Amino acid sequence: MATYLEINKKQVNEEKWEEPFYLNMGPQHPSTHGVLRLFLELEGETIVNCTPIIGYLHRGVEKLAETLNYNQTIVLSDRLDYIASAANNTAFALAFEKLMGLEVPRRAKLLRTIVCEMARICNHLLWLATHALDIGAMTVFLYCFRDREWLLNIYEKICGARLTHTYVRVGGVRQDFTQEIIDELYKFTEEFPSRIYDYETLIDVNRIWLKRTKGVAVVPAEDAINLGLTGPVLRGSGVPYDVRKFRPYDAYGEVEFIVPTGKNGDTYDRYRVRMEELRQSNRIIRQCLDKLPETQGEPVVAENAPDLLMPEKIRKPEPKPVPKKGVIFKGEEIPVVPPGEAFASIESPKGELAVYVVSDGSNKPWRLRVRTPSFVHISAIPYMAKNHLIADLIAIIGTLDIVLGDSDR
Amino acid sequence: MLEKLIYFLITAVILLVIALLHVAYLTYAERKIIARMQQRLGPNRVGPRGLLQPIADMLKLLTKEDLVPYGVDKPIFYIAPFISLVCAGTGVALIPLWEKFVISNINVGLLFILALSSLSAYGVILSGWASNSRYAFLGGLRASAQVISYEIAMSLALLSVVLMAGSLNLMDIVKAQINSPYKIYLIPQIIAFYVFIISAIAECNRVPFDLPEAETELVAGYFVEYSAMRFAIFYLAEYFGMVVMSALAVTCFLGGWVGPFEVPYVPFFWFLIKLYFLLFVYIWVRATLPRYRYDQLMGLGWKVLIPVGIINLFLTALLKLIF
Amino acid sequence: MEELLNELKEKFSSVIIEIQEKDYPTLICKRSGFLDLMKYLKEEKGFKYLIDLCGVDYLDYKYKNFEERFEVVYHLYNLDTKILLRLKVRIPEKDCWQYSVTPLWETANWFERECYDMFGINFKGHPNLKRILMPDDWEGHPLRKDYPVYLEEEQEWKTYKELKEKVKQQS
Repeated sequence: MATYLEINKKQVNEEKWEEPFYLNMGPQHPSTHGVLRLFLELEGETIVNCTPIIGYLHRGVEKLAETLNYNQTIVLSDRLDYIASAANNTAFALAFEKLMGLEVPRRAKLLRTIVCEMARICNHLLWLATHALDIGAMTVFLYCFRDREWLLNIYEKICGARLTHTYVRVGGVRQDFTQEIIDELYKFTEEFPSRIYDYETLIDVNRIWLKRTKGVAVVPAEDAINLGLTGPVLRGSGVPYDVRKFRPYDAYGEVEFIVPTGKNGDTYDRYRVRMEELRQSNRIIRQCLDKLPETQGEPVVAENAPDLLMPEKIRKPEPKPVPKKGVIFKGEEIPVVPPGEAFASIESPKGELAVYVVSDGSNKPWRLRVRTPSFVHISAIPYMAKNHLIADLIAIIGTLDIVLGDSDR
Repeated sequence: MLEKLIYFLITAVILLVIALLHVAYLTYAERKIIARMQQRLGPNRVGPRGLLQPIADMLKLLTKEDLVPYGVDKPIFYIAPFISLVCAGTGVALIPLWEKFVISNINVGLLFILALSSLSAYGVILSGWASNSRYAFLGGLRASAQVISYEIAMSLALLSVVLMAGSLNLMDIVKAQINSPYKIYLIPQIIAFYVFIISAIAECNRVPFDLPEAETELVAGYFVEYSAMRFAIFYLAEYFGMVVMSALAVTCFLGGWVGPFEVPYVPFFWFLIKLYFLLFVYIWVRATLPRYRYDQLMGLGWKVLIPVGIINLFLTALLKLIF
Repeated sequence: MEELLNELKEKFSSVIIEIQEKDYPTLICKRSGFLDLMKYLKEEKGFKYLIDLCGVDYLDYKYKNFEERFEVVYHLYNLDTKILLRLKVRIPEKDCWQYSVTPLWETANWFERECYDMFGINFKGHPNLKRILMPDDWEGHPLRKDYPVYLEEEQEWKTYKELKEKVKQQS
């Protein structure tokens, strides 16, 4: 491998050269949540400098999206943040709908909100499980996974897949909820608050937990906005920025919920913010379920959603000139989508996920740009890890809630 | 003379085998108990209810490839696990199991066990140094500092017991407990008991003090480069340490083999009950608590446990003076 | 929002070429004087949050009405007045550089590295302009339109080919 990190030798006195101690938390490590490489410069146990190196999971989503039509790129979006994939689908669908000027029916909006909030609960449960496991509490891990299994089974009834849903499509959703799903969701929302209470009794007032998380990686509000942190990380520092309230989309304008904010900006505040968000998500799902019977019988896809699936005529074999391998095949010249650009952003469980799409009139996007929260959060690790110990670094990675598929695309 | 030697050899071998079985089944018990606390089942495939799991583990580890990484310090690399095992396991010979049975009844039994636990720190340091790896090195450094600090707290706790009993001989300590309420030293020495249990957990590198071998941070710390049988020896050494420390706590604080009523034909019944209860406490703590950070761990040892131990020593001396 | 756009148009008439009203107000700017505009927006007008910074390649775009090849797009957000602005700067192919906004927003550090990695646009004033997603000795800039989606056998990454040779030799 090409080595590119200059090793700086500190000169102690003219004769003796001192080399600092380097430790490489390599791409394979039990607690870096994926293939993240952290190059640490240590002095004893204190971290002097930390360089994150990403790119081990780069799959070229943005380049591939230029070869697929709009409904097919939603499949690519599942694999970005593979823990809460309904949120990614929503971001893409919103951007494409803005581009095409579609109006989504109300029932589809409610269904989308329910699925997004379920994704938020799934993500926060996994975050709590892995964060607690890294700090050492093994039992919380299994309790959280027990509840996550419940939600994943409900997802399987909704759209057939547990992890990569592709349920939200351009113009609405794939199919309607059956009564069985609604009953299960009601049961879930009844019992979930007591489960949250279970997790809190294990770690919330535990002295060791408090010692490990209070005062670790404090980020003041100004620096947090400057570094581009969003989501629960920013709200832990006291800035109440939530895309669901500032630029409402889907059915978030109709439901009531509060946005929890922290005070100090340390790891413990971020933990409390996410635990409160679990409760608020539960509340939102309940409200949306109550509103569903009003919209009974409405369609779940917009009427003028363009049929971007394989049109019939392509199925017949046609003698077409075979393009040279590697040249981007630009698609038919059907003005399906008006040329222009659109920008949409949502509040994904990890932060702000924004999609910027440029279209050239054909059925494939010209440029699809995905701004993911994990990319920005990893770039903030050197700032947060200065003068902390290695044990704190693990807590920092846990509290930033990083997924490498999200960051490397 | 020859008879005594043969008797001694046979009892030693039998006790060793029983202790090894205990240690092996302790790993099984730990997995089962932690699993039940986490709402899952634990090993239940190998043998009826999973009871042959430790034997399966041992066979697997015996047949694995023994990797020796490049650039290690070969003699130290080979010897380090055995130092840990021997120092942890020799303590079994000194614990009195029932009134007439202890393999070696030396007059400085308690001091000998403390010395052995100090020696076991060598195994950790040497293995951390000899593996040519930064993670192992860091783990070894942390472990050595931790073991040395918590030994002082442990010795202070045990000194209070010695003051009350008036002897370092383990048999005499158990016999001297008859004068206390309920025939155990727990009531007058409750502070020393807690100090001892916490230091014992720290000595064996168990959660919440298991930073030297924290798997999520240091990828198994000081024995990361060991594979197959050598890893098994380190693993066994850790559980042996747990058993010896619990046995020591039972002897010094909980009254050894003394119980409310005599069980015929099984003179070590109460000893085993108390030992199993303490081992259960170890496992329970592992399932519940998160891990301490390194500087907080050292702070706890030096700033909290040692002063408490010293205060307890003074109080015990006062008690002995008055009564 | 109208007053803001009018004010900007008056003050920076030499930098701003055009203001379009799409889903969010879009300002198309020239490269020279761009940093002053950004500084004004951040410090005077309170656009403290840079949401996104990306590059777009317009080679052979059908509805193009300008001649430069690349465009760098910035999305700025004001948390108090909740205004989202989009700024675009056009970069020609021969003279492929742009001013870096890293001194103003720390987020731009990694965004600009990715833009350089994918398009080859240099950013003047960036502290550490290296490849971020692709390996360090990669040749070519993947998101350009003349870079193929699938590589031929001969165009594979050099380091990987060398590794394969080494393995073949050893076995």
